[in-house]
Amino acid sequence: MGNDDDYVLTVSNLSLKLQNQTILDNVSFKLKRGTTLAIVGPNAAGKTMLFKVLLNLVPYSGKVEWAEKVKIGYVPQNIAVDDIPISVKDFLLFKDNVNVESSLSPVRLSNKNVADKTLGVLSGGQLRRVLIAWALADNPNVLLFDEPTTGVDHDSEEPIFITLNELKKKNSITILLITHDVHIVREYSDYLLALNRCVTFFGESKEIMNPSIQRIIYGETVCAGTPDEKT
Amino acid sequence: MTETLILSLLTGIFVGISAGYLGSLMVLEKMALVGDALSHVALPGLALGILFNFPWFLGAFAFLFTSAVIIWYLGRVTKLSYETIVGAMFTLALAVGILIIPQTELLEALFGDITKVTILETATAVVISVIAVILTKLIYKKLVLGMISEELAISKGIDVSKTNLIYLLLVSLVVAIGIRIVGTLLVGFLVIVPAAAAKNVSSDLFKYAVLSASFGAVSACSGVLFSSYLNSPTGPFVVFSGIVVFAVTIFAKWKTK
Repeated sequence: MGNDDDYVLTVSNLSLKLQNQTILDNVSFKLKRGTTLAIVGPNAAGKTMLFKVLLNLVPYSGKVEWAEKVKIGYVPQNIAVDDIPISVKDFLLFKDNVNVESSLSPVRLSNKNVADKTLGVLSGGQLRRVLIAWALADNPNVLLFDEPTTGVDHDSEEPIFITLNELKKKNSITILLITHDVHIVREYSDYLLALNRCVTFFGESKEIMNPSIQRIIYGETVCAGTPDEKT
Repeated sequence: MTETLILSLLTGIFVGISAGYLGSLMVLEKMALVGDALSHVALPGLALGILFNFPWFLGAFAFLFTSAVIIWYLGRVTKLSYETIVGAMFTLALAVGILIIPQTELLEALFGDITKVTILETATAVVISVIAVILTKLIYKKLVLGMISEELAISKGIDVSKTNLIYLLLVSLVVAIGIRIVGTLLVGFLVIVPAAAAKNVSSDLFKYAVLSASFGAVSACSGVLFSSYLNSPTGPFVVFSGIVVFAVTIFAKWKTK
Protein backbone atom coordinates (compact mmCIF):
# COMPACT_ATOMS: atom_id res chain seq x y z
CA MET A 1 0.00 0.00 0.00
CA GLY A 2 1.34 3.47 -0.88
CA ASN A 3 1.15 6.74 0.92
CA ASP A 4 -2.38 8.19 1.14
CA ASP A 5 -1.20 11.20 -0.91
CA ASP A 6 -0.55 8.83 -3.82
CA TYR A 7 -4.26 8.08 -4.09
CA VAL A 8 -6.66 10.26 -5.95
CA LEU A 9 -9.79 8.27 -5.02
CA THR A 10 -10.79 6.07 -2.11
CA VAL A 11 -14.14 4.29 -2.18
CA SER A 12 -15.20 2.43 0.96
CA ASN A 13 -18.25 0.24 1.54
CA LEU A 14 -20.22 1.98 -1.17
CA SER A 15 -23.77 0.74 -1.62
CA LEU A 16 -26.57 2.05 -3.79
CA LYS A 17 -30.21 1.06 -3.91
CA LEU A 18 -32.75 2.38 -6.38
CA GLN A 19 -36.44 1.49 -6.08
CA ASN A 20 -35.56 -1.29 -3.62
CA GLN A 21 -33.12 -2.87 -6.07
CA THR A 22 -29.49 -3.24 -5.08
CA ILE A 23 -27.39 -1.57 -7.76
CA LEU A 24 -24.04 -1.48 -5.95
CA ASP A 25 -23.20 -3.60 -2.93
CA ASN A 26 -20.35 -2.80 -0.57
CA VAL A 27 -17.92 -1.61 -3.23
CA SER A 28 -14.44 -0.61 -2.04
CA PHE A 29 -11.27 0.27 -3.95
CA LYS A 30 -8.44 2.81 -4.07
CA LEU A 31 -6.98 4.46 -7.15
CA LYS A 32 -3.47 5.87 -7.56
CA ARG A 33 -2.92 9.29 -9.08
CA GLY A 34 -1.98 9.33 -12.77
CA THR A 35 -3.11 5.77 -13.47
CA THR A 36 -5.85 4.34 -15.64
CA LEU A 37 -8.54 2.14 -14.11
CA ALA A 38 -10.63 -0.01 -16.44
CA ILE A 39 -14.04 -0.97 -15.09
CA VAL A 40 -15.56 -4.11 -16.58
CA GLY A 41 -18.59 -6.26 -15.92
CA PRO A 42 -21.74 -7.61 -17.50
CA ASN A 43 -24.72 -5.43 -18.42
CA ALA A 44 -26.55 -4.00 -15.39
CA ALA A 45 -23.48 -4.64 -13.22
CA GLY A 46 -23.65 -1.06 -11.89
CA LYS A 47 -20.74 0.39 -13.89
CA THR A 48 -22.48 3.54 -15.09
CA MET A 49 -24.15 3.97 -11.69
CA LEU A 50 -20.71 3.83 -10.09
CA PHE A 51 -19.75 6.82 -12.24
CA LYS A 52 -22.93 8.62 -11.22
CA VAL A 53 -22.00 8.03 -7.58
CA LEU A 54 -18.46 9.27 -8.18
CA LEU A 55 -19.94 12.40 -9.75
CA ASN A 56 -22.31 12.76 -6.80
CA LEU A 57 -25.36 12.59 -9.07
CA VAL A 58 -27.24 10.00 -7.00
CA PRO A 59 -27.58 9.44 -3.22
CA TYR A 60 -25.59 6.50 -1.85
CA SER A 61 -24.31 5.00 1.38
CA GLY A 62 -20.64 4.47 2.20
CA LYS A 63 -17.70 6.74 1.49
CA VAL A 64 -16.34 8.30 -1.70
CA GLU A 65 -13.25 10.37 -1.00
CA TRP A 66 -11.55 12.33 -3.74
CA ALA A 67 -8.12 13.84 -3.10
CA GLU A 68 -7.98 17.61 -2.62
CA LYS A 69 -8.10 19.89 -5.68
CA VAL A 70 -9.55 17.19 -7.89
CA LYS A 71 -11.25 18.49 -11.00
CA ILE A 72 -13.31 15.91 -12.85
CA GLY A 73 -14.03 15.74 -16.57
CA TYR A 74 -16.86 13.42 -17.60
CA VAL A 75 -17.55 11.75 -20.93
CA PRO A 76 -20.99 10.07 -20.86
CA GLN A 77 -21.89 6.95 -22.83
CA ASN A 78 -24.76 8.52 -24.72
CA ILE A 79 -25.68 12.05 -25.59
CA ALA A 80 -28.75 13.12 -27.53
CA VAL A 81 -27.49 15.26 -30.39
CA ASP A 82 -29.19 13.91 -33.50
CA ASP A 83 -32.08 16.32 -33.33
CA ILE A 84 -30.35 19.42 -31.97
CA PRO A 85 -28.85 22.03 -34.32
CA ILE A 86 -25.77 22.59 -32.22
CA SER A 87 -22.30 23.05 -33.68
CA VAL A 88 -19.09 21.72 -32.16
CA LYS A 89 -18.13 25.31 -31.38
CA ASP A 90 -21.48 25.97 -29.61
CA PHE A 91 -21.02 22.83 -27.54
CA LEU A 92 -17.47 23.59 -26.43
CA LEU A 93 -18.41 27.18 -25.60
CA PHE A 94 -20.95 25.89 -23.06
CA LYS A 95 -17.88 25.81 -20.83
CA ASP A 96 -16.56 29.17 -19.69
CA ASN A 97 -13.37 30.72 -21.07
CA VAL A 98 -12.77 28.00 -23.63
CA ASN A 99 -10.68 28.47 -26.76
CA VAL A 100 -12.23 26.19 -29.37
CA GLU A 101 -9.09 25.72 -31.44
CA SER A 102 -6.85 24.84 -28.52
CA SER A 103 -9.53 22.49 -27.13
CA LEU A 104 -9.73 20.52 -30.36
CA SER A 105 -6.03 20.15 -31.11
CA PRO A 106 -5.18 17.73 -28.23
CA VAL A 107 -7.83 15.31 -29.53
CA ARG A 108 -6.47 15.60 -33.07
CA LEU A 109 -9.42 17.42 -34.55
CA SER A 110 -8.98 20.37 -36.83
CA ASN A 111 -10.78 23.55 -35.89
CA LYS A 112 -11.23 24.34 -39.59
CA ASN A 113 -12.85 21.01 -40.39
CA VAL A 114 -15.18 20.37 -37.47
CA ALA A 115 -15.80 23.53 -35.41
CA ASP A 116 -18.78 24.65 -37.48
CA LYS A 117 -20.18 21.19 -38.06
CA THR A 118 -23.37 20.12 -36.30
CA LEU A 119 -22.70 17.49 -33.60
CA GLY A 120 -25.31 15.21 -35.16
CA VAL A 121 -23.38 14.85 -38.45
CA LEU A 122 -20.06 13.84 -36.88
CA SER A 123 -18.84 10.26 -37.12
CA GLY A 124 -18.84 8.20 -33.92
CA GLY A 125 -15.08 8.66 -33.54
CA GLN A 126 -15.25 12.43 -34.11
CA LEU A 127 -18.10 12.78 -31.61
CA ARG A 128 -16.15 10.85 -28.98
CA ARG A 129 -13.17 13.15 -29.57
CA VAL A 130 -15.35 16.22 -29.22
CA LEU A 131 -16.67 14.82 -25.94
CA ILE A 132 -13.12 14.27 -24.74
CA ALA A 133 -12.27 17.82 -25.80
CA TRP A 134 -15.30 19.04 -23.85
CA ALA A 135 -14.26 17.05 -20.77
CA LEU A 136 -10.69 18.35 -21.02
CA ALA A 137 -11.63 21.95 -21.81
CA ASP A 138 -11.31 23.19 -18.23
CA ASN A 139 -8.17 21.20 -17.46
CA PRO A 140 -9.43 18.36 -15.25
CA ASN A 141 -7.01 16.03 -13.51
CA VAL A 142 -9.45 13.11 -13.47
CA LEU A 143 -11.37 11.84 -16.48
CA LEU A 144 -14.40 9.53 -16.24
CA PHE A 145 -15.01 7.85 -19.56
CA ASP A 146 -18.13 5.69 -20.01
CA GLU A 147 -17.86 3.13 -22.84
CA PRO A 148 -15.35 5.03 -24.98
CA THR A 149 -16.03 3.01 -28.11
CA THR A 150 -19.84 3.27 -28.17
CA GLY A 151 -20.85 4.15 -31.73
CA VAL A 152 -17.25 4.18 -32.93
CA ASP A 153 -16.14 2.08 -35.89
CA HIS A 154 -13.32 -0.37 -35.27
CA ASP A 155 -10.64 1.70 -37.06
CA SER A 156 -11.37 4.76 -34.94
CA GLU A 157 -11.17 2.98 -31.58
CA GLU A 158 -7.42 2.64 -31.27
CA PRO A 159 -6.58 6.28 -32.10
CA ILE A 160 -8.91 7.44 -29.33
CA PHE A 161 -7.03 5.39 -26.75
CA ILE A 162 -3.66 6.44 -28.12
CA THR A 163 -4.79 10.06 -27.73
CA LEU A 164 -6.03 9.38 -24.21
CA ASN A 165 -2.74 7.75 -23.28
CA GLU A 166 -0.78 10.72 -24.62
CA LEU A 167 -2.94 13.14 -22.68
CA LYS A 168 -2.56 11.06 -19.55
CA LYS A 169 1.23 11.11 -19.79
CA LYS A 170 1.42 14.78 -20.73
CA ASN A 171 -0.99 16.12 -18.11
CA SER A 172 -0.78 13.40 -15.40
CA ILE A 173 -4.47 12.74 -15.68
CA THR A 174 -6.09 9.87 -13.79
CA ILE A 175 -8.52 8.00 -16.04
CA LEU A 176 -11.44 5.76 -15.09
CA LEU A 177 -12.98 4.06 -18.08
CA ILE A 178 -15.84 1.65 -18.47
CA THR A 179 -15.24 -0.85 -21.24
CA HIS A 180 -16.12 -4.32 -22.50
CA ASP A 181 -12.97 -4.64 -24.59
CA VAL A 182 -10.30 -6.98 -23.19
CA HIS A 183 -7.70 -5.55 -25.59
CA ILE A 184 -8.33 -2.02 -24.33
CA VAL A 185 -8.07 -3.19 -20.71
CA ARG A 186 -4.75 -4.92 -21.37
CA GLU A 187 -3.15 -2.24 -23.53
CA TYR A 188 -4.42 1.01 -22.10
CA SER A 189 -5.14 0.55 -18.41
CA ASP A 190 -3.04 -0.06 -15.32
CA TYR A 191 -5.70 -1.43 -12.99
CA LEU A 192 -8.85 -3.43 -13.44
CA LEU A 193 -12.05 -3.29 -11.41
CA ALA A 194 -14.58 -6.01 -12.23
CA LEU A 195 -18.08 -5.23 -11.05
CA ASN A 196 -21.20 -7.28 -10.79
CA ARG A 197 -23.00 -5.08 -8.28
CA CYS A 198 -20.19 -6.00 -5.90
CA VAL A 199 -16.47 -6.03 -6.72
CA THR A 200 -15.59 -9.41 -8.26
CA PHE A 201 -11.98 -8.51 -8.96
CA PHE A 202 -9.63 -5.60 -8.34
CA GLY A 203 -6.00 -5.74 -9.35
CA GLU A 204 -3.54 -5.14 -12.15
CA SER A 205 -4.97 -5.07 -15.66
CA LYS A 206 -2.59 -7.69 -17.01
CA GLU A 207 -4.48 -10.21 -14.87
CA ILE A 208 -7.33 -10.06 -17.33
CA MET A 209 -5.40 -12.53 -19.48
CA ASN A 210 -5.47 -15.04 -16.63
CA PRO A 211 -8.20 -17.63 -17.40
CA SER A 212 -9.16 -18.05 -13.74
CA ILE A 213 -9.63 -14.27 -13.40
CA GLN A 214 -11.64 -14.24 -16.62
CA ARG A 215 -13.93 -16.89 -15.15
CA ILE A 216 -14.51 -14.68 -12.14
CA ILE A 217 -15.17 -11.60 -14.27
CA TYR A 218 -17.33 -13.13 -16.95
CA GLY A 219 -18.62 -16.22 -15.14
CA GLU A 220 -21.07 -16.54 -12.29
CA THR A 221 -21.71 -13.66 -9.92
CA VAL A 222 -19.30 -14.34 -7.11
CA CYS A 223 -18.03 -11.49 -5.01
CA ALA A 224 -14.40 -11.89 -4.18
CA GLY A 225 -14.44 -9.87 -0.98
CA THR A 226 -12.75 -6.59 -0.16
CA PRO A 227 -9.95 -5.13 -2.26
CA ASP A 228 -7.44 -5.57 0.55
CA GLU A 229 -7.99 -9.29 0.43
CA LYS A 230 -7.37 -9.33 -3.31
CA THR A 231 -4.41 -7.03 -3.86
CA MET B 1 -52.80 52.95 -40.39
CA THR B 2 -55.31 52.88 -37.52
CA GLU B 3 -54.36 52.87 -33.87
CA THR B 4 -55.83 49.38 -33.46
CA LEU B 5 -53.71 48.04 -36.30
CA ILE B 6 -50.56 49.58 -34.82
CA LEU B 7 -51.35 48.03 -31.43
CA SER B 8 -52.15 44.68 -33.05
CA LEU B 9 -48.90 44.71 -35.02
CA LEU B 10 -46.84 45.66 -31.98
CA THR B 11 -48.46 42.92 -29.91
CA GLY B 12 -48.02 40.45 -32.77
CA ILE B 13 -44.34 41.22 -33.28
CA PHE B 14 -43.41 40.92 -29.61
CA VAL B 15 -45.53 37.85 -28.90
CA GLY B 16 -44.26 36.26 -32.15
CA ILE B 17 -40.64 36.85 -31.13
CA SER B 18 -41.06 35.51 -27.60
CA ALA B 19 -43.19 32.52 -28.63
CA GLY B 20 -40.72 31.66 -31.41
CA TYR B 21 -37.71 32.01 -29.14
CA LEU B 22 -39.15 29.96 -26.27
CA GLY B 23 -40.65 27.51 -28.75
CA SER B 24 -37.18 26.78 -30.14
CA LEU B 25 -36.42 24.99 -26.88
CA MET B 26 -39.76 23.22 -26.76
CA VAL B 27 -39.21 21.74 -30.22
CA LEU B 28 -35.70 20.57 -29.26
CA GLU B 29 -37.02 19.02 -26.07
CA LYS B 30 -39.52 17.11 -28.22
CA MET B 31 -42.22 18.84 -26.19
CA ALA B 32 -43.94 20.46 -29.17
CA LEU B 33 -47.25 18.91 -28.21
CA VAL B 34 -46.79 20.13 -24.65
CA GLY B 35 -46.72 23.71 -25.94
CA ASP B 36 -49.86 23.09 -27.93
CA ALA B 37 -51.79 21.28 -25.24
CA LEU B 38 -50.66 23.60 -22.46
CA SER B 39 -52.39 26.50 -24.19
CA HIS B 40 -55.77 24.77 -23.85
CA VAL B 41 -55.32 24.66 -20.09
CA ALA B 42 -55.82 28.43 -20.14
CA LEU B 43 -59.46 28.14 -21.22
CA PRO B 44 -61.09 27.84 -17.75
CA GLY B 45 -59.04 30.83 -16.51
CA LEU B 46 -60.07 32.79 -19.52
CA ALA B 47 -63.71 31.85 -18.92
CA LEU B 48 -63.49 33.00 -15.29
CA GLY B 49 -62.01 36.31 -16.45
CA ILE B 50 -64.97 36.84 -18.78
CA LEU B 51 -67.54 35.73 -16.18
CA PHE B 52 -66.19 37.86 -13.33
CA ASN B 53 -64.98 40.73 -15.46
CA PHE B 54 -61.25 40.72 -14.79
CA PRO B 55 -58.50 40.71 -17.46
CA TRP B 56 -58.35 37.50 -19.55
CA PHE B 57 -54.62 37.46 -19.29
CA LEU B 58 -54.62 37.12 -15.50
CA GLY B 59 -57.11 34.24 -15.50
CA ALA B 60 -55.27 32.45 -18.29
CA PHE B 61 -51.89 32.95 -16.64
CA ALA B 62 -53.13 31.77 -13.23
CA PHE B 63 -54.31 28.49 -14.77
CA LEU B 64 -51.22 28.07 -16.94
CA PHE B 65 -48.89 28.83 -14.04
CA THR B 66 -50.63 26.36 -11.72
CA SER B 67 -50.70 23.73 -14.45
CA ALA B 68 -46.99 24.23 -15.22
CA VAL B 69 -46.12 23.65 -11.55
CA ILE B 70 -48.35 20.56 -11.37
CA ILE B 71 -46.89 19.17 -14.63
CA TRP B 72 -43.35 19.78 -13.42
CA TYR B 73 -44.05 18.21 -10.01
CA LEU B 74 -45.84 15.15 -11.43
CA GLY B 75 -43.04 14.75 -14.00
CA ARG B 76 -40.49 14.61 -11.18
CA VAL B 77 -42.49 12.32 -8.92
CA THR B 78 -44.00 9.89 -11.44
CA LYS B 79 -41.29 10.04 -14.15
CA LEU B 80 -44.13 10.20 -16.68
CA SER B 81 -43.32 12.33 -19.73
CA TYR B 82 -44.55 15.92 -19.77
CA GLU B 83 -46.61 15.05 -22.85
CA THR B 84 -48.56 12.37 -21.01
CA ILE B 85 -49.33 14.58 -18.03
CA VAL B 86 -50.28 17.58 -20.15
CA GLY B 87 -52.41 15.29 -22.33
CA ALA B 88 -54.50 14.34 -19.31
CA MET B 89 -54.73 17.88 -17.96
CA PHE B 90 -55.58 19.70 -21.15
CA THR B 91 -58.61 17.56 -21.98
CA LEU B 92 -59.99 18.17 -18.50
CA ALA B 93 -59.32 21.92 -18.75
CA LEU B 94 -60.88 22.10 -22.21
CA ALA B 95 -64.01 20.30 -20.98
CA VAL B 96 -64.37 22.58 -17.93
CA GLY B 97 -63.59 25.71 -19.96
CA ILE B 98 -66.17 25.00 -22.65
CA LEU B 99 -68.82 24.31 -20.00
CA ILE B 100 -68.35 27.56 -18.08
CA ILE B 101 -67.45 30.05 -20.82
CA PRO B 102 -70.37 32.14 -22.14
CA GLN B 103 -71.26 30.82 -25.61
CA THR B 104 -71.06 34.31 -27.09
CA GLU B 105 -67.40 34.55 -26.13
CA LEU B 106 -66.40 31.00 -27.00
CA LEU B 107 -65.31 31.68 -30.58
CA GLU B 108 -63.16 34.63 -29.53
CA ALA B 109 -61.56 32.61 -26.71
CA LEU B 110 -60.77 29.70 -29.01
CA PHE B 111 -59.50 31.71 -31.99
CA GLY B 112 -58.54 35.10 -30.52
CA ASP B 113 -59.42 38.60 -31.62
CA ILE B 114 -56.52 40.98 -31.74
CA THR B 115 -58.68 43.79 -33.09
CA LYS B 116 -59.97 44.32 -29.55
CA VAL B 117 -56.50 44.75 -28.08
CA THR B 118 -56.06 47.76 -25.77
CA ILE B 119 -52.99 49.90 -25.10
CA LEU B 120 -52.67 48.26 -21.70
CA GLU B 121 -52.75 44.77 -23.23
CA THR B 122 -50.16 45.75 -25.83
CA ALA B 123 -47.90 47.21 -23.14
CA THR B 124 -48.33 44.04 -21.05
CA ALA B 125 -47.49 41.87 -24.08
CA VAL B 126 -44.36 43.91 -24.88
CA VAL B 127 -43.07 43.92 -21.29
CA ILE B 128 -43.77 40.23 -20.73
CA SER B 129 -42.24 39.25 -24.07
CA VAL B 130 -39.05 41.18 -23.33
CA ILE B 131 -38.77 39.71 -19.82
CA ALA B 132 -39.48 36.17 -21.08
CA VAL B 133 -36.85 36.44 -23.83
CA ILE B 134 -34.19 37.86 -21.50
CA LEU B 135 -34.78 35.24 -18.79
CA THR B 136 -34.88 32.42 -21.34
CA LYS B 137 -31.60 33.63 -22.84
CA LEU B 138 -30.02 33.34 -19.40
CA ILE B 139 -31.02 29.67 -19.09
CA TYR B 140 -30.90 28.70 -22.79
CA LYS B 141 -27.52 26.96 -22.70
CA LYS B 142 -28.37 25.18 -19.45
CA LEU B 143 -31.59 23.82 -20.94
CA VAL B 144 -29.87 22.66 -24.13
CA LEU B 145 -27.09 20.97 -22.17
CA GLY B 146 -29.75 19.22 -20.06
CA MET B 147 -31.36 17.94 -23.27
CA ILE B 148 -28.03 16.68 -24.62
CA SER B 149 -27.19 14.86 -21.41
CA GLU B 150 -28.78 15.36 -18.02
CA GLU B 151 -25.71 13.85 -16.33
CA LEU B 152 -23.40 16.23 -18.18
CA ALA B 153 -25.53 19.18 -17.10
CA ILE B 154 -25.73 18.05 -13.46
CA SER B 155 -22.01 17.33 -13.38
CA LYS B 156 -21.48 20.94 -14.47
CA GLY B 157 -23.50 22.10 -11.47
CA ILE B 158 -26.74 22.84 -13.32
CA ASP B 159 -30.00 22.20 -11.43
CA VAL B 160 -31.85 20.67 -14.41
CA SER B 161 -35.14 20.28 -12.59
CA LYS B 162 -35.25 23.89 -11.38
CA THR B 163 -34.23 25.20 -14.80
CA ASN B 164 -37.06 23.20 -16.42
CA LEU B 165 -39.55 24.70 -13.97
CA ILE B 166 -38.42 28.26 -14.72
CA TYR B 167 -38.74 27.51 -18.43
CA LEU B 168 -42.26 26.07 -18.08
CA LEU B 169 -43.32 29.17 -16.15
CA LEU B 170 -41.93 31.44 -18.86
CA VAL B 171 -43.77 29.41 -21.51
CA SER B 172 -46.97 29.87 -19.50
CA LEU B 173 -46.47 33.64 -19.53
CA VAL B 174 -45.92 33.77 -23.27
CA VAL B 175 -48.83 31.44 -24.03
CA ALA B 176 -51.08 33.61 -21.84
CA ILE B 177 -50.30 36.73 -23.88
CA GLY B 178 -50.38 34.81 -27.17
CA ILE B 179 -54.00 33.81 -26.56
CA ARG B 180 -55.09 37.39 -27.29
CA ILE B 181 -53.80 37.12 -30.86
CA VAL B 182 -54.63 33.61 -31.96
CA GLY B 183 -56.79 32.16 -29.19
CA THR B 184 -56.32 29.07 -27.06
CA LEU B 185 -56.71 26.62 -29.93
CA LEU B 186 -54.03 28.14 -32.15
CA VAL B 187 -51.50 29.67 -29.75
CA GLY B 188 -49.57 26.40 -29.71
CA PHE B 189 -48.88 27.06 -33.37
CA LEU B 190 -46.80 30.15 -32.53
CA VAL B 191 -44.69 28.08 -30.15
CA ILE B 192 -44.14 25.12 -32.48
CA VAL B 193 -44.12 26.02 -36.17
CA PRO B 194 -41.65 28.97 -36.27
CA ALA B 195 -39.16 26.81 -34.33
CA ALA B 196 -39.75 23.81 -36.57
CA ALA B 197 -39.18 26.03 -39.62
CA ALA B 198 -35.98 27.45 -38.12
CA LYS B 199 -34.71 23.95 -37.37
CA ASN B 200 -35.00 23.08 -41.07
CA VAL B 201 -32.39 25.68 -42.00
CA SER B 202 -30.10 25.94 -38.96
CA SER B 203 -26.75 24.38 -38.24
CA ASP B 204 -25.93 26.23 -35.03
CA LEU B 205 -27.83 27.32 -31.95
CA PHE B 206 -27.56 31.07 -32.44
CA LYS B 207 -28.94 30.97 -35.97
CA TYR B 208 -31.67 28.57 -34.84
CA ALA B 209 -32.83 30.76 -31.96
CA VAL B 210 -32.71 34.00 -33.98
CA LEU B 211 -34.54 32.47 -36.96
CA SER B 212 -37.14 30.91 -34.71
CA ALA B 213 -37.89 34.29 -33.09
CA SER B 214 -37.89 36.01 -36.51
CA PHE B 215 -40.24 33.48 -38.08
CA GLY B 216 -42.56 33.90 -35.08
CA ALA B 217 -42.62 37.67 -35.62
CA VAL B 218 -43.12 37.33 -39.40
CA SER B 219 -46.00 34.83 -38.96
CA ALA B 220 -47.79 36.95 -36.35
CA CYS B 221 -47.20 40.19 -38.20
CA SER B 222 -48.36 39.02 -41.61
CA GLY B 223 -51.32 37.26 -40.00
CA VAL B 224 -52.41 40.54 -38.39
CA LEU B 225 -51.98 42.47 -41.67
CA PHE B 226 -53.90 39.93 -43.79
CA SER B 227 -56.73 39.62 -41.28
CA SER B 228 -56.99 43.41 -41.01
CA TYR B 229 -57.03 43.78 -44.82
CA LEU B 230 -59.60 41.01 -45.29
CA ASN B 231 -61.51 41.87 -42.11
CA SER B 232 -61.33 38.26 -40.86
CA PRO B 233 -60.21 36.57 -37.61
CA THR B 234 -56.46 36.85 -37.00
CA GLY B 235 -55.67 33.34 -35.75
CA PRO B 236 -56.17 31.44 -39.01
CA PHE B 237 -54.11 33.98 -40.97
CA VAL B 238 -51.24 33.71 -38.49
CA VAL B 239 -51.35 29.95 -39.07
CA PHE B 240 -51.43 30.34 -42.87
CA SER B 241 -48.46 32.76 -42.82
CA GLY B 242 -46.47 30.47 -40.56
CA ILE B 243 -47.19 27.46 -42.74
CA VAL B 244 -45.92 29.35 -45.79
CA VAL B 245 -42.67 30.13 -43.92
CA PHE B 246 -42.44 26.47 -42.89
CA ALA B 247 -42.97 25.31 -46.48
CA VAL B 248 -40.25 27.67 -47.74
CA THR B 249 -37.77 26.27 -45.20
CA ILE B 250 -38.63 22.70 -46.19
CA PHE B 251 -37.90 23.68 -49.79
CA ALA B 252 -34.63 25.40 -48.76
CA LYS B 253 -33.57 22.30 -46.82
CA TRP B 254 -34.41 20.07 -49.77
CA LYS B 255 -32.44 22.34 -52.15
CA THR B 256 -29.31 22.22 -49.99
CA LYS B 257 -29.28 18.43 -49.72
